[in-house]
Amino acid sequence: MEYVLKNGIVYDPANKVAGEKKDVMFKDGKIVDSVSADAKVLDVTDKIVMPAGIDPHAHVAGPKLVVGRIYRPEDSRKGVTHKTDVTRSESGFSIPSCPSTGYRYSRMGYGTVVEAAVPPLEAKHTHEEINSIPNLDIVPLSLFGNNWFVLQYAKQNQIEDLAAFVAAWLKIAKCYGVKIVNPCGSEAWGWGMNVHGLDDPAPYWDVTGREVVTALAKANEMLGMPHSVHVHPNDLGHPGNYPTTVSTMDALKDIEKNSTVRGQTMHLTHAQFHAYGGTSWRDADSGADHIADYVNKNDHITIDVGQVTLDETTTMTADAPMEFDLYKLSGLKWANKDVELETAAGIVPVIYSGKAPVNSLQWAIGLELFLKVNDPWKVCLTTDHPNAGPFIRYPRIISWLMSNERRQEMMDNREVHPWSHRRTSLASLEREYDFNEIATITRAGPAKIYGFQDRGALTPGYNADIAVFDINPNDIDPSRNPEAIEKGFSTAMYTIKDGEILVKDGDIVKVVKSQTLWTNVKGMEEQEKAVMERVMPDFTRYYTVKFENYQVHDKYLPNPIVTEVQAGK
Amino acid sequence: MANYEPPVTDYDSIVENCTCAFCGCNCDDLDYLIKDGHVVGVRHACRLGASKIMEDMDQRLMVPMIRGEDGELAETDWDTALDKAAELIAGAIRPIFYGWSETSIETMHHGLELGELVGAVLDNQATICHGPSLQAVQNAGYPISTLGEVKNRADMCLYTGSNAMNSHPRHMARYSTFPRGYFRPRGRFDRTVVTLDPKYSDTAKMSDIWVGFEQNGDYEFYNAIRAVLKGKKLQKEFISGIPKEDVEELAEAMKNVQFGALFFGLGLTHTLSKQRNIDIAIQMVADLNSYTKWILMPMRGHFNVNGFNIFMAFETGFPYGVDFARGYQRYMNGETNTIDLLTRKECDVFMVIAADPGAHYPGGAIKHLAEIPVIQVDIHWGPSTEIADVVLPGSFVGVEVGGTSYRMDGVPIWMKKAIDKPESCRDDEWIIKELLERVKKIKAEQGALASK
Repeated sequence: MEYVLKNGIVYDPANKVAGEKKDVMFKDGKIVDSVSADAKVLDVTDKIVMPAGIDPHAHVAGPKLVVGRIYRPEDSRKGVTHKTDVTRSESGFSIPSCPSTGYRYSRMGYGTVVEAAVPPLEAKHTHEEINSIPNLDIVPLSLFGNNWFVLQYAKQNQIEDLAAFVAAWLKIAKCYGVKIVNPCGSEAWGWGMNVHGLDDPAPYWDVTGREVVTALAKANEMLGMPHSVHVHPNDLGHPGNYPTTVSTMDALKDIEKNSTVRGQTMHLTHAQFHAYGGTSWRDADSGADHIADYVNKNDHITIDVGQVTLDETTTMTADAPMEFDLYKLSGLKWANKDVELETAAGIVPVIYSGKAPVNSLQWAIGLELFLKVNDPWKVCLTTDHPNAGPFIRYPRIISWLMSNERRQEMMDNREVHPWSHRRTSLASLEREYDFNEIATITRAGPAKIYGFQDRGALTPGYNADIAVFDINPNDIDPSRNPEAIEKGFSTAMYTIKDGEILVKDGDIVKVVKSQTLWTNVKGMEEQEKAVMERVMPDFTRYYTVKFENYQVHDKYLPNPIVTEVQAGK
Repeated sequence: MANYEPPVTDYDSIVENCTCAFCGCNCDDLDYLIKDGHVVGVRHACRLGASKIMEDMDQRLMVPMIRGEDGELAETDWDTALDKAAELIAGAIRPIFYGWSETSIETMHHGLELGELVGAVLDNQATICHGPSLQAVQNAGYPISTLGEVKNRADMCLYTGSNAMNSHPRHMARYSTFPRGYFRPRGRFDRTVVTLDPKYSDTAKMSDIWVGFEQNGDYEFYNAIRAVLKGKKLQKEFISGIPKEDVEELAEAMKNVQFGALFFGLGLTHTLSKQRNIDIAIQMVADLNSYTKWILMPMRGHFNVNGFNIFMAFETGFPYGVDFARGYQRYMNGETNTIDLLTRKECDVFMVIAADPGAHYPGGAIKHLAEIPVIQVDIHWGPSTEIADVVLPGSFVGVEVGGTSYRMDGVPIWMKKAIDKPESCRDDEWIIKELLERVKKIKAEQGALASK
C-alpha cells in the first residue's frame, strides 16, 4: 500500500528539515522517495509532520509495574474507559494497564518506548507485558549495575570477561542495552543500607560505584553496543547530589567510543533528580547549572530530564534505598522488591504539588535543564514515567518549553511555590523551544542516542513511523497558546506505525502487536562460553531457579527486531 | 519402616529441570522418570508435588461430558460439549469465570478475551485465600523480595500463621531455612527460625523459637512488637497470652538481625482481624527496616495463583475479582468477588477452570452453584464435577503441556512439557481458545440477526 502525506509542514531534524512544506511518502511500511500515481493521498495541509515519537526512558512493563498496579487500585480506577469496537477498556493514570499504555502513547504520536529497567531473572515477566502493550516497539534495557558477577569483574578489572558476560546476559534476557542503577547502592540495600557517592564501596564486595560504572562502560564500548551505558547515578533525589552526578559523568570522560551510530559514551537519565544543591531539603537549591554546564562542555554525555509534572503519581525505581527514604519522608505505603543477585526495587506513591516547595523546586530544575543545555541533540524529553509524572503529560511539558510566558505566569500566580524562582534561575531564562527543537528532543535525539538505524527520521528506507499533529506552525504563537500546543500534541491527527494508520483524529483506529528490540552480540562466542562455564557453579548455588528455566525463550518474543553487532568493531 | 518405598529404577528416560505444579514454591529442579509415556518417579520433589505428578491418572477426567435430563453426566464428543458450553456462556447475563490458579498464563490470555467479550467476572482462588493479603497490600504496602535474597542473606526466618512443613514442604529446604546461601554458608546453622503460631506445628518443631500466642491473638501481638520497636513500655503483663518480657525479647532479636524474612499463611489471613492482621505485619516490617533489613511474603498456595493476580494487574489494572459487565473493568471487594456474587444469587453461568469450588466454597455459594449451569475445565474428578453440567477435560500444565507460571515471589518460570497428554484430553489453552471462537461466532450470528 502506498501513501502520500500531502502538504504537511515537516520537521525532520535528522535530515535537517525544519518546517518545510513537503510531501512525505511511504510504501509497504517504509519511507520512500517517490510513489506511483495510485498512492493514497492523505491531506495534511499545514499540519505538523514529524517522525513518530521515541521515549528514551520510561517504566512501562515489568515486575515493579505490576506491584504498583496490584497495590494501587486507587490509581487504576482513575483512567477507566469503556471498550470500543477497536480498543479494549483502559485503566490507570500513573500506572496504566498494558493495553492503555499502548493506546495512550499511540494517541500522542509515539512509536517506540524504552523500558528502562529489566531484572534478568524476571525478564520473562517484562516480555509478557511487552506483548500485551499494543502499537509500540519496546526497547528493554537490562540491569547490570548491582549484579554480583558484574561486581566481581569490576573489582578485578576483568573488562573482557565482563564484556562477554554482558553479551551473554543480553542474549539470555533478550534486552537491548546496559542499564546501571545506583551502582553498589541497590546491592547495599540487600542489607538495608545505601552507598553515598561514587566512591563508597558496597558492603562486603568492596567495590565502588566508580569501578562498576567505568568497567561496564568499557565493556559496553568493547562490544560496540548501539546504545551507551544508561546511567542512573548514586544519590538520586538527595539534596546536594549534583557533585556525585558530575563526578560520575567525569569518570567516563576518557573512555573511547566505539560506535559510529551514536555520539555519547554515557547517557545520564532523569538528570533532574540528580541536580540538587544544598545540604538538606531545608536549604536545597538548584544544581542544574553544574549539570548543564558539564553537558555543554563535554560531548560524551547525553541526558534525559525526568521532568516533574505536578501530579499524583507512583514512583518506582531499582534504587530501592532511595524509595525507602521517600517512604520515611511521606509515610505513604511502601513496596519493595529485591531480586536475588541482581538488583532491588522500591515503589512509593508521591503527590507532586505546586503548593509544595520541594516539588516546585524539582519542577523548576527540570525546566532549567531543558533550557540550559544548548544543544537539543543532547537532551531528551522524559518524565521518567511514572516517577516524575505520567507520560501523558509530555504535551504539557512541550507547552512549557515553548512558552516563557506560561512559565512566568505559573510562577507569578503561584501555581508553583516561590522556591521555583527563588532557588533556581528559571525566572531569568527566556529561551523558548521551537518545533524543530521539540522534534529533536522527542524524536531525532533519542534515535541517535540509541543508535537506531530504522526510525526517528523520515529518511527513505526507514520505517514509516510518522506522527501528524493538527497544529499549523505558521499560524500559531506557541508562546501565547500553550493550551493549543498541549492539546495538539496530546491527540495526533495521524499516528502511522510501519506504514499502518493506527490513530486518526486522536482515536485509535487500528491495533497492532508490539515488537521487541534486542541486541545480539556476535564474535565473542568463545569468551561467552568460557564465562558461562565459570559463572555456572555460582549460578546454580546462589540463584533459586535452574539456568534452563532462567533464560527467556524465543517464545516470549513473538515479534523481535534484532540488532546484530560485531564485538570490537 | 512400613512406608518404605524402594527407589524407582525401571524407567526409560529422565526429563530434568521440570517445574512442580503444586504449591507456590514452583520448585523447578524436578527430574521426571518416564516409562511408557508416564511419569513413574519424581526426584527432588516433596511428597505433595510428587504424588500429584505421578498419580496424574488417578480419577482423571478423560472425556468431555454433559449432564443429561436424567441428572447424570454422560460422555459426549468435543464438538458437542464445546458448543454446549459456548452456548451457555454466550447466553449468560452475569457469568463468572473462576479458578485459573492451576493453569498457565497462556490460557488466561484467552480467558480474559472471552471475559471481556461477554462481560464476565474473572476471579481466582485469591478470593477465598490470600485476598485479605492483597487488600492489606493495598492498605499498607508490599515489602517483598525474591526467595533467593532470603536464601543468600537471611539470618532470621519467621513463619507466622503458616505451617510450611506441611503446606509448602520444600520451602524451608529450598529457599529459607536450610539452603547454604552466599552470606549464610552454613545454611541452617547461620539462621534463627521463629514460628508464631497457636499450634505447635511441624514448622514450630523445626524452629529455634516458637511463640504460641492465643488464637486470634495475631493483631495484638504484632501491635505489641511495633510498640516495643517504637520504644514504648508495654502496659499489660501478657500480650495474647505471651509474657511481655518474651515479646520484648523477640522484638529486640528481630531488630538485631542482618536480614529477616517473614512468611505468612492463611493462619494470618483467616483469623479474627483478617486483612488487618496483614496490615500490621506489613507495618511492622516497614518499622523494622528503620533498623535493619526485613521483607515479608505471603505463602501463596497454588503454583500460579500469584500468576493470575499479576496477569490481571498488567492486563486490567486490578488483581482479582474483575468485573467486565459494564464494558470496562471494575474491582470492588465485597461486590465483584465470586462468593459475594454467588451468595447474592447474581451469577447465572459459572465456569470453573483448574479449581475446585465444590470443595472449598461456603455452603450458600455452593447452593447457588447447584442451581445454575456450571462448566468445568479440569484434569481430575472433584466435588465440582458433581455440580458441573459440562465437563471439559484439560491437560496437566508442567507435565503434559508447557506454560508460564509465577512463583509466590513473582519470579516467572516456563514450565516445560515432559510427556504427552491422554489422547482424548485437550490443553486448557486450546479449550478456552475454542470456547472463545465459538462464542464469537454465536455473538456474530446474534448481531447479524439483530441488524436484520
